[in-house]
Amino acid sequence: MKYVDEFRDGQLARRIASGIVREVSAGHRYRLMEFCGGHTHAISRYGLADLLPDNVRLIHGPGCPVCVLPIGRVNQAISLAKEHKVILCTYADTMRIPASGGLTLMRARAGGADVRMIYSTQDALQIARDNPLRQVVFFAIGFETTTPPTAVAIRQADAEGLKNFSILCNHVLTPAAMHAILTTGVGLDGFIGPAHVSTVIGSQPYEIFAGEYAKPVVIAGFEPLDVLQAILMLIRQINAGQATVENEFTRAVTREGNLKAQALVEVVFEVRDDFEWRGLGSLPDSALKLKAHYAQYDAELKFPVAYVAVPDHKACECAAILRGEKMPQQCKIFGTVCTPENPIGSCMVSSEGACAAHYSYGRFREVRP
Amino acid sequence: MTIRYTVDFKNGRVELSHGAGGRSMAQLITELFAAAFDNPYLAQGNDGTLLPPASGRLVMSTDSHVVSPLFFAGGDIGCLSVHGTINDVAMMGAVPLYLSAAFILEEGFLLSELKRIVLSMAQAAVDAGVPIVTGDTKVVEQGKGDGVFITTTCVGVVADGINLSGDQARHGDKILLSGSIGDHGMAVLSMRENLSFDAPIVSDTAALHTLVAAMLASGVNLRVLRDPTRGGLATTVNEIAQQSAVGMLLDEAAIVVHESVAAACEFLGLDPLYIANEGKLIAICAPGDAAHLLAVMRAHPQAREAAVIGEVREDAHHFVQMTTKLGGRRMVDWLAGEQLPRIC
Repeated sequence: MKYVDEFRDGQLARRIASGIVREVSAGHRYRLMEFCGGHTHAISRYGLADLLPDNVRLIHGPGCPVCVLPIGRVNQAISLAKEHKVILCTYADTMRIPASGGLTLMRARAGGADVRMIYSTQDALQIARDNPLRQVVFFAIGFETTTPPTAVAIRQADAEGLKNFSILCNHVLTPAAMHAILTTGVGLDGFIGPAHVSTVIGSQPYEIFAGEYAKPVVIAGFEPLDVLQAILMLIRQINAGQATVENEFTRAVTREGNLKAQALVEVVFEVRDDFEWRGLGSLPDSALKLKAHYAQYDAELKFPVAYVAVPDHKACECAAILRGEKMPQQCKIFGTVCTPENPIGSCMVSSEGACAAHYSYGRFREVRP
Repeated sequence: MTIRYTVDFKNGRVELSHGAGGRSMAQLITELFAAAFDNPYLAQGNDGTLLPPASGRLVMSTDSHVVSPLFFAGGDIGCLSVHGTINDVAMMGAVPLYLSAAFILEEGFLLSELKRIVLSMAQAAVDAGVPIVTGDTKVVEQGKGDGVFITTTCVGVVADGINLSGDQARHGDKILLSGSIGDHGMAVLSMRENLSFDAPIVSDTAALHTLVAAMLASGVNLRVLRDPTRGGLATTVNEIAQQSAVGMLLDEAAIVVHESVAAACEFLGLDPLYIANEGKLIAICAPGDAAHLLAVMRAHPQAREAAVIGEVREDAHHFVQMTTKLGGRRMVDWLAGEQLPRIC
């Protein structure tokens, strides 16, 4: 497959890997956080950890939209579908997030709620057009990558005068989460920066992490060779005592990012005062809400579904895992009570979640046959 | 005898009366099913079909088909329902002998489409040399079905000395795969999602009993045969590992995925290891027999791309692992949740 196989070439991978082995200094530990779930998934799926020396450790970050969504937010979505009888449109990943009372959106649907899986915000708009007598709510989640399509949908709904469409807005901001990680005190030596998020926001927003926190950041694509190359670039920076923002993903990311998408988001959304993240707690200026001009499309204003914070399951370590403080296998219920078939915490739900990735691809490492 | 055409196969639709046991049902059976499946067993016309004594142990398997859409590149629900059940019998090392077919039709379904499906079944049965000897038709009200669902059952006979079973994989055995993976599932899905590619994805649906016969005739020590249908290769190898209480190590580079299938999977975020196949088989044999078995498979038109894809290992956890193309190691786990509903 053109433009894909080139980034999955085994020979090239081994060459970069031996470059990494040559570059690391034996007495040094390299703790690198891949912020994005997309990277977590690629690392696990291609077994990249096997190609790295023991003193290079990859720490999974919180960049998985499903993982950072707190239970209270899923409860709101379920309430909209169940009590308020709306057609709730959602991306597939959210369907299995455990919410209060043993419910998930999937179970709510089996119980009669009208929950529909969609691939695009355009599908949600079409459902609203096709059902003028029903209220249609789009469960909008995701980092900067999924925000522009939501903005487009809002603008379209507004232009068409679609009165029965609204969104439950959970769009969150990557730099805010990176700030939070750096202030929790997890020992980190550098970041593998997001791929798709950076195509939208550019590389510029990461400069503060290199500047103020002195942490090197290398933005990388989601292919395995991208990740290996980024690791090599980070190790070189660390060895040289440097901290700059480098861009490995030059085929898609510029310093400015996608200005058109940014402008669109700017028109429709504004920053919320604070937003609760699973694992990171309530963070100021870390998420978006609709501007007053578009208030009629805000499901939180349209329906009485106030956000109520709900604590995580007692034994679940998702919070510490999302902060990079613990590895999935350090959670007592990992792989026993909590599995992809029966997830207790959100990190076991999405394939980008640290627990699901480790369970599906890497758990053989903990046991010896 | 002159056939009087009383069923309107051009513009007509399935009506409740077509399943009610009266004259219109009799007409549909005579003019469509009996005419298409025509064979002496079916022609007996009784409540049950009388079959001659079989020599050897009998194997029987049944399968329901609910694929959506009904027609896809490379096949349709009709031929799929014949192939799928024949393959289940063939994976036991048996020679398939007879098929039954039961139809659940939805009121309003176009008779022209039903005819197309039935003719496709008939052709598949003739090609496979396995007659459809008995059948049933029911009609449900509009909205209670989705066009047509088909359940087929196949009976076969297995020769003495052939004892294939999922619990016989042993440490050191080689794992062979008869060809590329993911073709059927992605053909159906790309049709459903309106995806088109330069090279269209064509379902691999096929009856595999002649390939199995050739493999058995080669005299190799075959232990397990299984067709990786729903849940794909990953699910099937995990089933075998569990049943045999062993682990496996696969080699990603040896597993063939056609370019358009790989592209479609990439596009939809799916892993071809979990995508359904309808014309492929996994064979596990003693290590010393692998080269000979591979040569026999590759000599058959249905397994030109056959390859040794891994080996059986001791593993108390029954994990299936895979060496990735990058040289790393990963698990190939059971499928979690539902990936693609209504693929077969």
